[in-house]
Amino acid sequence: MNIQELIEKLEEEIEEVEKGTLTPSTNIRNIDWWSSMHALVIIALVDIEYNVQVSGKDLKEIQTIQDLYDLIVKKS
Amino acid sequence: MGFIDVEGIQIKGVSTVVPKQVVYNKNYELLTLSEREMLIKTTGIKQRRVANKSTTTSDLAIEAANHLFDKVDWIRTEIDLLVFVTQSRDYYLPSTAVISQHKLGLSTSCIAFDIGLGCSGYVYGLSIIASMLKSGNLKKAILLAGDVSTISCNYNDKSAYPLFGDAGSATFIEKTNKKNKWSFDLNSDGSGEDAIKITDGGTRNLPSEDSFILKQFEGGIQRNGFNLALNGIDIFNFSVTTVPKSIKNFLTIKETDFDSIDYFVMHQANLIMNETIRKKLKLEPEKVPYSLAEYGNTSSASIPLTMALVESLKTNTVKLLLSGFGVGLSWGNALLENDAIPHLLINDYSHD
Repeated sequence: MNIQELIEKLEEEIEEVEKGTLTPSTNIRNIDWWSSMHALVIIALVDIEYNVQVSGKDLKEIQTIQDLYDLIVKKS
Repeated sequence: MGFIDVEGIQIKGVSTVVPKQVVYNKNYELLTLSEREMLIKTTGIKQRRVANKSTTTSDLAIEAANHLFDKVDWIRTEIDLLVFVTQSRDYYLPSTAVISQHKLGLSTSCIAFDIGLGCSGYVYGLSIIASMLKSGNLKKAILLAGDVSTISCNYNDKSAYPLFGDAGSATFIEKTNKKNKWSFDLNSDGSGEDAIKITDGGTRNLPSEDSFILKQFEGGIQRNGFNLALNGIDIFNFSVTTVPKSIKNFLTIKETDFDSIDYFVMHQANLIMNETIRKKLKLEPEKVPYSLAEYGNTSSASIPLTMALVESLKTNTVKLLLSGFGVGLSWGNALLENDAIPHLLINDYSHD
């Protein structure tokens, strides 16, 4: 797994995102379409693709895609 | 581990009654238009049936049972057992099942009691009825299951309000001489009691003036002590990790292949959660029916309501895997071999 692969999966899963627009430093909370539903989409994606469970507490600490990637690596 | 096995028990009919009033999530004013679209896409819930304030779960479930009495050649006085699964009972006391015994015109020798479970309740109810039919001198039983959850959800709580619909179901169950097998796997984890909770109105927090005060929560959410509070992420993580694991374990112990199962009927929580469970179990979409889009999360009525949408159950002998999971936390799985169920009914409530 690398971070580019995670970004591609996120871009595929989240309709509002145009391909090639997310970077590791993208702050997912500052994006204007962000909602709690997107949080569930991301949790589901990470669970299915990486078999890692992101808790509510984890999610509160995640700001950027890099943070999410680091969490997946740590929990894998 | 809580496993139960019985032989020769058959479902004879399944009937659900829903309120007439349809509420559309596309009209939910607390969300922006794009948020509403995202909500409908993610949860899979386009619309829900919402009961009038004067309608109780037992009104819906009793009418559902009466529809089945019109179709199945059962005599009311022959019913030995009535179990009512609900978390929205008519009164603090007496038991809603006992009131329903009288309203349905069942014999006073009928055993009747309530079970206070939600999303897992249908599976629990089936297991209790199957066990009692098998061990007692009993032949015919009725399982009533459902909730009017919408009365507990605050319009200003976007984390709960758009998810729930109301429904009451009735399932007729009979002991036969057949060799078909039913197995159950039942579980509980009260450490997750806060994941879905109505805090006030029981004996822990008696109803008080404070119970009615609207409180503010993260994300602009507002609710009072009588409203249902739902921690979506905790419930999500529990459901997509514990549930598939318990199902895999259950099927391994029962030496059953996923290929041999005709339909996997899950509690209807929300689409992204249910689809995550389905994908983790590597089950084909054709085997996993949904009622979410039209009815939302109907608590313990969700499994019978969804079964009624599967046409082939009316004509074919099937092996079903049922799974109910949620509030408690409580979860249960069932493997049911059953003959064709010609009477699978969904009707609107006649008094709306």
